[in-house]
Amino acid sequence: MSASAPAERTDGRIRSRMAPYFTVVRYLVLFGFACFFLMPVYALLVTALKNPAEVSVVRMWEWPASLSLENFRIVWPKLREGFVNSSLLAVPSSIISSALGAANGFVLAKWRFPGADFAFPLILFGMFIPYQAIIIPMFQTMSYIGLKGGLSGLIMVHVIYGLPITTLIFRSYFSGISEELIEAAKVDGAGMLSTFFHVALPIAPPAFAVSMIWQFTSAWNDFLFGVLLTDRNHWPITVALNNIAGSQSVPFNEAMASALLASVPTLLVYFLLGRFFMRGLMAGALKG
Amino acid sequence: MRRIRSWGPGLLLVAPSLLALALFVYVFLGWNVRVSFTSWRGLLPKYDNIGLDNYVALAHDQRFMQFDVPHIAIFTLVFVVGALAVGFLMALLLDRGVVGENVFRAVFLFPMAISFIATAIIWRWLLDNGGGESTTGLNKLLVDVGLGSWRSDWFRSSSRWAIAAIALPAGWALSGYVMSLFLAGLRGVPEELREAARVDGASEPRVFWFVVRPMLLPVLMSAIVILAHISLKTFDLFYAMDQKNLKIDTPALYMWFTTFDGGFYARGATIATLLLLGVAVVIVPYVWYSVRSEQRR
Repeated sequence: MSASAPAERTDGRIRSRMAPYFTVVRYLVLFGFACFFLMPVYALLVTALKNPAEVSVVRMWEWPASLSLENFRIVWPKLREGFVNSSLLAVPSSIISSALGAANGFVLAKWRFPGADFAFPLILFGMFIPYQAIIIPMFQTMSYIGLKGGLSGLIMVHVIYGLPITTLIFRSYFSGISEELIEAAKVDGAGMLSTFFHVALPIAPPAFAVSMIWQFTSAWNDFLFGVLLTDRNHWPITVALNNIAGSQSVPFNEAMASALLASVPTLLVYFLLGRFFMRGLMAGALKG
Repeated sequence: MRRIRSWGPGLLLVAPSLLALALFVYVFLGWNVRVSFTSWRGLLPKYDNIGLDNYVALAHDQRFMQFDVPHIAIFTLVFVVGALAVGFLMALLLDRGVVGENVFRAVFLFPMAISFIATAIIWRWLLDNGGGESTTGLNKLLVDVGLGSWRSDWFRSSSRWAIAAIALPAGWALSGYVMSLFLAGLRGVPEELREAARVDGASEPRVFWFVVRPMLLPVLMSAIVILAHISLKTFDLFYAMDQKNLKIDTPALYMWFTTFDGGFYARGATIATLLLLGVAVVIVPYVWYSVRSEQRR
């Protein structure tokens, strides 16, 4: 039915005579995109590794004459506290919100209560709201209950606003458990908690990996809640980074070295556990 | 009532989370709307009622109407269309199996792991607008490869489209996300369907247009909704790029500065309510549709 000129049919696919050229073009375009995505990293790395005396913005793209870790030595003391704060913040908030998400996900998938199908979209909406629309009441509430300034209030906020996505991740995951397994546990006289602990949790480690990685990354990269809720001694890394490197008056090399250091933990997580990171991304788009 | 013994414990287990979300999402959203009807200014809260005066004032607010609204419209357009085009193209190129696919995917996606603050700090230097001897960043690169005429003042340009330059870092951060959504969508198309079309004599472009494209529409919807809502609410990227630059001012930034620097809580709440409405228009149908289509399965 088509008027195109088929050359030969090997695997059922009609091969055009242009196919080899398409392949070359495809790799060229992909390579071009890769250059675009790596370009900032190149500038970041070569600048951060240059000797501070050698750095000049105009020579941003030039290879370093000699490698030096001097820039990191200069910025690390300024970032260290933020680094510690963000670790103290991101680790517990990812653990707590994942644990709660596991319980919620299990109930919403396998131990439903009347209205559960109504509650779920209401929970989900929480992950898309613009935080501008809650920060005034949150700021008031957190000040009122005395949780502003330190890390515990910030952890609490990250846990709560993390609940929609962690609940979603676990709900999708636990939906895969067969109903027979749940019924069998019930017949054996297991209650909800013991079914949760003995049937659901033992198979949940992959979901925990997805959920904790997602929460760790969001908490580590958050700026808005951190800048709003913490005082100087409790600034997370993003706030510290913005204060150190967030102006054009900061030496270029120090800005680049700081940005690199502040991104190391999440990049490590991404490169070591990329598979789970991807699944978190898919969940974030409501695509189980 | 007998059955409450069976579902009661489940409800009890999720109750703390439900209550926390009810307070931190819905009560707070309502509270914020309430603040938008007051004349609260300064540190002491004031809960009077001046009706829609703040909304009327905002409609005549030069910064909001002349800068923020056109800016966010331009940024959303350029960012969403750009990230969709780049992400889709990358997915299409990777779909049929490419040597080193994992490397390409990792390279396209890693910016997602970096905070917007760090992204902004890197890109602020790349989008420097120095000329002549002090040319640097992307401009310098363009000059070096013989495209000097493409040089731009980027987000410091005098054009009203200056904010479109921020779509570069934003797209750098999120195009990989779009790619992975489309790649999952493309790979979700059953090979038998394509095969059937080929047996019927359809050429590859026609297979794509009549078989694959309709199945990608839900993915396209997801990607648009995700990108558009990120575009409306993003604050830190602009803030760390150039926080006092009115050329890249958006409602999210105006809300922040007027509330927490200026103490105009009522005005801040009004802007935030409008942002919420903007996001809700795209998100509510999306969540509704996603949950419904899942139940039908």
